[in-house]
Amino acid sequence: MSPILSLEGLSVRLPPGADRPHALQDVTLSLNANEIVCVVGESGSGKSMMANAVMRLLPQGVDIDAGQVLFEGRDLARATETEMRQVRGAGIAMIFQEPMTALNPLRTVGDQIGEMFRIHTELSKSEIATRILGLLEEVRIPDPRQAMGAYPHELSGGQRQRAMIAMAMALDPRVLIADEPTTALDVTTQAQILALIRDLQARKGTAVLFITHDFGVVAEIANRVAVMQHGLVVEHGAAGDVLHRPQHPYTRQLIAAVPSLKAPPPRKLGPEPILTIEHVSKTYKSGGFLGRGARITHAVKDVTLTLPKGATLGIVGESGSGKSTLARCIVRLIEPDAGAIRLKGTDLASLTREEMRAQTRNIQMVFQDPFASLNPRRKAGDLVAQGLIVHGTPRAEALKRVKDLFALVGLDPASTDRYPHEFSGGQRQRIGLARALALEPDVLIADEPVSALDVSVQAQVLKLLAALRARLGLSMVFITHDLRVALQVCDIVGVMKDGEIVETGPVAQVFTQPQHPYTQALLASVPGREIGTRLV
Amino acid sequence: MTVAVLKLYLRSPAAIIGLLLLFAILAMAASAGWLYPRDPLSLAGRPLIWPFENPRFLLGTDNSGRDIAAQIFHGARFSLLIGLVATVIAVIIGICIGAFAGYYGGWIDNILMRVTEAFQILPNFLLLLVLVAVFGSTITTVTVAIGIVSWPAPARLTRAEFLSLRNREFVQAGRTLGLRDAKLIFGEILPNALPPIIVYASVVMAVSILLESALAFLKLSDPNIASWGNLIGLGRDVLRVQWYVSAIPGVAILVTVLAVSLVGQGLNDALNPRLKGR
Repeated sequence: MSPILSLEGLSVRLPPGADRPHALQDVTLSLNANEIVCVVGESGSGKSMMANAVMRLLPQGVDIDAGQVLFEGRDLARATETEMRQVRGAGIAMIFQEPMTALNPLRTVGDQIGEMFRIHTELSKSEIATRILGLLEEVRIPDPRQAMGAYPHELSGGQRQRAMIAMAMALDPRVLIADEPTTALDVTTQAQILALIRDLQARKGTAVLFITHDFGVVAEIANRVAVMQHGLVVEHGAAGDVLHRPQHPYTRQLIAAVPSLKAPPPRKLGPEPILTIEHVSKTYKSGGFLGRGARITHAVKDVTLTLPKGATLGIVGESGSGKSTLARCIVRLIEPDAGAIRLKGTDLASLTREEMRAQTRNIQMVFQDPFASLNPRRKAGDLVAQGLIVHGTPRAEALKRVKDLFALVGLDPASTDRYPHEFSGGQRQRIGLARALALEPDVLIADEPVSALDVSVQAQVLKLLAALRARLGLSMVFITHDLRVALQVCDIVGVMKDGEIVETGPVAQVFTQPQHPYTQALLASVPGREIGTRLV
Repeated sequence: MTVAVLKLYLRSPAAIIGLLLLFAILAMAASAGWLYPRDPLSLAGRPLIWPFENPRFLLGTDNSGRDIAAQIFHGARFSLLIGLVATVIAVIIGICIGAFAGYYGGWIDNILMRVTEAFQILPNFLLLLVLVAVFGSTITTVTVAIGIVSWPAPARLTRAEFLSLRNREFVQAGRTLGLRDAKLIFGEILPNALPPIIVYASVVMAVSILLESALAFLKLSDPNIASWGNLIGLGRDVLRVQWYVSAIPGVAILVTVLAVSLVGQGLNDALNPRLKGR
């Protein structure tokens, strides 16, 4: 069987001054009908560039400088712009990571899907409408007739991605390129979308080029896998071979970095609690006039949790479950409406702002985004010293302490004079950690501290956290949406849904015998369950 | 970082021209006392000599027989001084009001923004006339008055920047470290909000110079200084025949405003990261 799409020695040149001369170097890859090929790699590996090169949607200054992209006997690398327009959408379709930005917010979903037919076919208006309805039924959008007239913001993230898929499949393309289509989605939605893509692909015999950073997703969906690093395909083979018998050291390292789904042996916990959260609630009201028509959102609803000394309490949930709001309530970045937060007996929720400022010595926070959480105009050393100086340490002494802290979190103590933008994502997260640890807090609140990082960097930061926890006897509240991470890091876990804790208990118990149906659904949706259980 | 901004700045030819013009005007201001040591407002010769007629008065004399070239050189000092001081006053008031309104929000924001709007609904030249009429027209009151009528726009700009920056994670991180509000406002948020404000300051400065000359044209500015505006105001009486009396200082104002605007535009392009690589 000859491949539908094949890349032959494809190279893509980056503009001078980029971190490497080529985004893609001598990439050879083929895609047959009725198969899913996953391209997997970390950020900057060139995997998205490959998708854009096939579609010839490269940014300015970035060009194909060698090789061929053969599609139906034509070399797309040398096709004219007019020829490309006929191929895009009809021959090769693409879906993107963020369906909200890929859809035009001012036009209805049905209108945007219909555009495919209006551009590429001569169908009449009523025929197009029937086709759109059929497509929306095919991607199993609830109430397709209503979805047709809906604007993108009226649909949920998963429904928007379904609409994008409907649009991509409208003209029965022979190749579908999916660029991280489930990365922005919650885990339960991700499982549904993956099932949908697999189902459509099998029914229509489409060839799918699926780009992802997540080995779990690869295990769910791939027939064949290509692993990319620095613009090169380092390993390429059948999914089972690559996942279970990886040959290249980089592939092995990536697979080993995926946290296991087997719980580590439980640690011994002291009985004495250091932080208790009692009946904490936070409600948002919006709109309405004199109390009429106001919308009330219960972001956090009557949450009660206990963190024993030295333990790590995980709070897991999907986006919008209120887990970040809860974390911010604990450190009083958000004022809780009701309830008490007792840290070693002091109720943080009832303190004045001035008293709370003094308490910041005892409770510190690490943020999700290593780019947004560091002031770009301060040097790394200043950022870490800031807390110490505010709490009365003389500047010279604080800067000396900073050097020790840098060493503690595995950064070069000589790099304190550099600005945040000179560090990588993982290093920045270490700076954030050093800043939080500078005050030697009793409790550390970590809000998704590793979810913005690549999997290998994530593994390093998690290892560092575990080492610091053992060394400093830290108690931690660890917020995450990633069940694998929660399982590896936490002792106790609370599962949060719509502002409420639906299940709580020791991590091994919750994950092996989930009681609440929502917990069961979450666990069933974790992609690639066999990865990390059979392997490690 | 500063070196990178400078490099980006020097890539644009318009920005370089602006900078050169500004340096030329500064050089004029600096050399005025040395080239024209006499009081520029003192009588120098016959009135209304055309430019280039008499080598002693390269740019001619005005209707009271004062040397126009001397007035232009000395006027550069006053125009730049008035522009600079008025801008500093406007930007400082604007930053303080905008920062507090944007950072605290709620009723503080409401009150401060209503005050700002009260200033904005009056045409600022009208307000300037009222201030000068009430407090007299010495160079100090004129400068302060120009500063006072120019702050609403920088205030709104600062507020907008603060609104978008105040909930960033690095500000929250500062709060969890126990930083005080004043430190968060001026130490953490303001340095990040500053680039667009600096750029806008160039607009304020250009407008300030124009406002002063407009006042002088109406003979409401300080008559005891050799400002360009005063010279234009004086030339009004002989505008139809000896038009050069008004035109020469007019060109000087035009060039200065152009220079300041070009520098501001260049700064905007250099400080705005979205334009990088274009």
